[in-house]
Amino acid sequence: MENLVQTAIQNVNMWAIMPSVILVCFGMGLLMINAFLPRGTTRPVVWISLIGLAVTAFSVVSAWGNPQYGFFDAVALDNFATFFNITFLFAAAMTILMSDDYIRREGYPIGEYYPLILFTTAGAMWMASGTDMMTIFLGLEVLSICLYVLAGFFRGDVRSNEAGLKYFLLGAFSTGFLLYGMALIYGVTGSTRLTEIGVYLNAHSSLLGNPMTLAGIMLISVGFLFKIAAAPFHMWTPDVYQGAPTPITAFMSAGPKAAAFAAFLRIMEYCFFSLKPEWTAVLWALAVLTMIVGNVIAISQTNIKRMLAYSSVAHAGYALVGMVAANEIGYSGVLFYMLAYTFMNIGAFAILILAGKKGEENLTLQGFAGFGYKRPLLGVAFTIFLFSLMGIPPTAGFAGKFYIFAGAVKAGYVWLAVIGVLNSAVSLYYYLRVMVYMYFREAEEDYSWVTVAPSVVVSIVMAVIGILYLGIVPNAVMDMARLAIF
Amino acid sequence: MSDNLLSLMTFFPLVGMVIVLFLPREADRLIKSVTLIVTIITFFISLPLAFDDAFKTSAAMQYTEFARWISIGDYFQMNYSVGVDGISLWLVLLTTFIMPVTILSTWHAIDKHTKGFMALALLLETAMLGAFISLDLFLFYIFWELMLIPMYFMIGIWGGKNRIYASIKFFIFTAVGSLLMLVAIIYVYYYSLQSGMAFDNGFSITHFYDLTIPGHLQNWLFLAFAFSFAIKVPMFPVHTWLPDAHTEAPTAGSVILAAILLKMGTYGYVRFAIPLFPEATQTFTPFFATLCVIGIIYGALVAMMQDDVKKLVAYSSVSHLGFVMLGVFAMNLQGLSGGMLQMINHGISTGALFLIVGFLYERRHTRLIAEFGGIAKKMPVFATIFLIVTLSSIGLPGTNGFVGEFLILVGAFESDLRWFAIIGTSGVIFAAVYMLWMYQRVMVGKLKNPANEKLKDLSAREVVVMLPLLLFIFWIGIYPNTFFEKMNPTLENLIEQVQAKQQVAMTVEQIEQSTPTVVIND
Repeated sequence: MENLVQTAIQNVNMWAIMPSVILVCFGMGLLMINAFLPRGTTRPVVWISLIGLAVTAFSVVSAWGNPQYGFFDAVALDNFATFFNITFLFAAAMTILMSDDYIRREGYPIGEYYPLILFTTAGAMWMASGTDMMTIFLGLEVLSICLYVLAGFFRGDVRSNEAGLKYFLLGAFSTGFLLYGMALIYGVTGSTRLTEIGVYLNAHSSLLGNPMTLAGIMLISVGFLFKIAAAPFHMWTPDVYQGAPTPITAFMSAGPKAAAFAAFLRIMEYCFFSLKPEWTAVLWALAVLTMIVGNVIAISQTNIKRMLAYSSVAHAGYALVGMVAANEIGYSGVLFYMLAYTFMNIGAFAILILAGKKGEENLTLQGFAGFGYKRPLLGVAFTIFLFSLMGIPPTAGFAGKFYIFAGAVKAGYVWLAVIGVLNSAVSLYYYLRVMVYMYFREAEEDYSWVTVAPSVVVSIVMAVIGILYLGIVPNAVMDMARLAIF
Repeated sequence: MSDNLLSLMTFFPLVGMVIVLFLPREADRLIKSVTLIVTIITFFISLPLAFDDAFKTSAAMQYTEFARWISIGDYFQMNYSVGVDGISLWLVLLTTFIMPVTILSTWHAIDKHTKGFMALALLLETAMLGAFISLDLFLFYIFWELMLIPMYFMIGIWGGKNRIYASIKFFIFTAVGSLLMLVAIIYVYYYSLQSGMAFDNGFSITHFYDLTIPGHLQNWLFLAFAFSFAIKVPMFPVHTWLPDAHTEAPTAGSVILAAILLKMGTYGYVRFAIPLFPEATQTFTPFFATLCVIGIIYGALVAMMQDDVKKLVAYSSVSHLGFVMLGVFAMNLQGLSGGMLQMINHGISTGALFLIVGFLYERRHTRLIAEFGGIAKKMPVFATIFLIVTLSSIGLPGTNGFVGEFLILVGAFESDLRWFAIIGTSGVIFAAVYMLWMYQRVMVGKLKNPANEKLKDLSAREVVVMLPLLLFIFWIGIYPNTFFEKMNPTLENLIEQVQAKQQVAMTVEQIEQSTPTVVIND
């Protein structure tokens, strides 16, 4: 008996979930604190959440090169998880920094907003470090439920309600798919541990063609492809992205998307490596479809938020190219790209937030006429974000795309790389158009309402530094991504 | 200092850009002066290259610099590797020389957002110089793409009526080509690793030259590179961005575009596409020569029909660059050296023509030929300069254009491209027609339009802008050896290597009658 307890304690190893434990503790504490704060007071909550993220960052970074496994191998805080955790922390920190003035301006200064972001981040961390189907599912649920609430956070706003409800209904549906797929795989292999599934399937090659296995893989993929907004499972993206509060849109397109990629990568690589040629072939087609759908529809958008939503579909397509490559460079390219995308996309949304007014936050292109002259510094920052989204050197977006396409070429998928770069070329058009309005048109307004809060500046500066650093000297981070993959 | 001469020259404009960005926005004159001084200093930094006799004897890269830049485990190695040889020498000098001229010409033309313009011009100079001196394909690609951004803004912000269309078209056309080239670059890189090239060499082109790439692969890779460069040159039928971009761009933008950016394309062929893929070059020479000849004649005919002076000059560029490419594809010393020289010539003559159009436009705010006529009487100095430049563009003996075109045609005639040369020669006649006809309608005859009565002749500043260009028009026309003697060793070496490889390939093909298949996989 005593022995059993001892093994259990040894195997539990709280260090493996330390970052998320810290986040959840801060989140719960904040919920309590909120109850005692006067209505409309959110500043202390912001500060405490930021402190929470900083403490978590400390615990995350200390896990680098010092992997922790726990809960009978259901959780692995390895380098892979740590790299993604860093991405989540950046996403969460930048989102929180740009949120406060925004939710105040829109009339919802409610403190619960911040703990929800912390919980989402914790869920994302479980997804990235889950080595058991159940851990990953648990993480996904925590992340999703918080996001449903956040998407519909502006409860008086029709669009936000629509976003929340749509996301909830479709998300619940896709989670159902995922869970069903997991159940099927459990039925085939008798385990939910990723490594055990992989070993079992590899040993029993007759099971590889079994309809139940294939259906399981398919359903699991559908669940994740929904979360990363890959075509044809992207239909929810534009409405949800447009309706949700802008910082949440930014966050959704970076953090949770990266989390879904993390779990997807780990499951495909750990469990289904024996079927690699099959699933890469399917992903090949989906990557192409995703890139084309995202880019082509983005062209016809006049609302910038919606345009960025479709462009985020396209970016999921680029990252899928890295998964199709299924070699070291491709995988580490995905990791790198997710971090790069976090900086450039959240940065771009931060500018959108600043340029918006109360009630008129959904900016059309016209709303940016002459913005670059009236607000030169914000204009330059936005230009950097857009060039990075296009993938023009020397920005992080270029470095990321370069690694991903290099992975594809190395794996022999030259045509996929060609399709990828041609899609980048298509994307030039709609990103350039924003700059056309910003610089090539005369200003119709003086943008005097644009008040730049210091916290937003911090977030934008973080993004700019991140983009230029990853673009000009990607050595250190790319090396980390190299060491982070399995 | 001489150790880091190239880096100093390349990044000095970037330092200048940072300085300009910190100047007050209203200090128009100050910003322009600082920019001018920065470009002049850059020119003086680059000047030792012109007086270095090493180029007369050596075909090797000079002034090389090397530093590790991005090293990622066993994935990639990108190096900061730069150098200059006979191919890039004069193009580098052309760049540093044209920039101060351009800046000086914008003194009055650019009156809004001066700070932005000057900062972009300096960024552009760094990008252009970087592209010419890069010896690492990845580094080259970075600079190559970086050139797009400032030019895009120059056309879009300071351009004419249709500037938005023109700027987006310019950006997308060029980017599509270069993105395909990027895939080819990655492919060549992995191919080089697979065929045993040292990982530390990275994307070094001097090492890539030694690769033996099988025929069918060469064809694809060559096409990817050639397509990208063809857009930049621009060759028929991907030239359509050029007239738009030139017409809408501000004078300074047109000058930089014509004088230097277009040379990136032709330079790309000589430096990358042809020596990397000599067999494919041989395969596609008839095809590209046909495009060159079509470009020569089509450009000339369309130029003839233009009613806008600037458009006329823009189409004449299509024709002139057709000549350059014909010379390059002739792949003998006459043709290639003529092509290289014609690149410089075109930079000087067409740059000068765009400046001249700019002078007219600043005075009359129109560029339509019909609006002018007989203004030689009002502007005698201008008329003289315009005539010299026109004749140089036509290629009158004694001016630079003659030497280049003559050599190109001789080279092409002596190579397999004889018939192309014969047809292409008609382009010289057409050039005389459209240029002289334009000169006649604009400058001579009776002064009919009363708006032209008050035209003022060139100011001292404008003459100063033009004088250096005139100097080189005659210098190259009368004593081109100054230029040839420093580029010929490199060109001879290049031709030798390319032909040797083509020879080997032909023998191998005869023996094997089949090409080995190589698939890259990890």
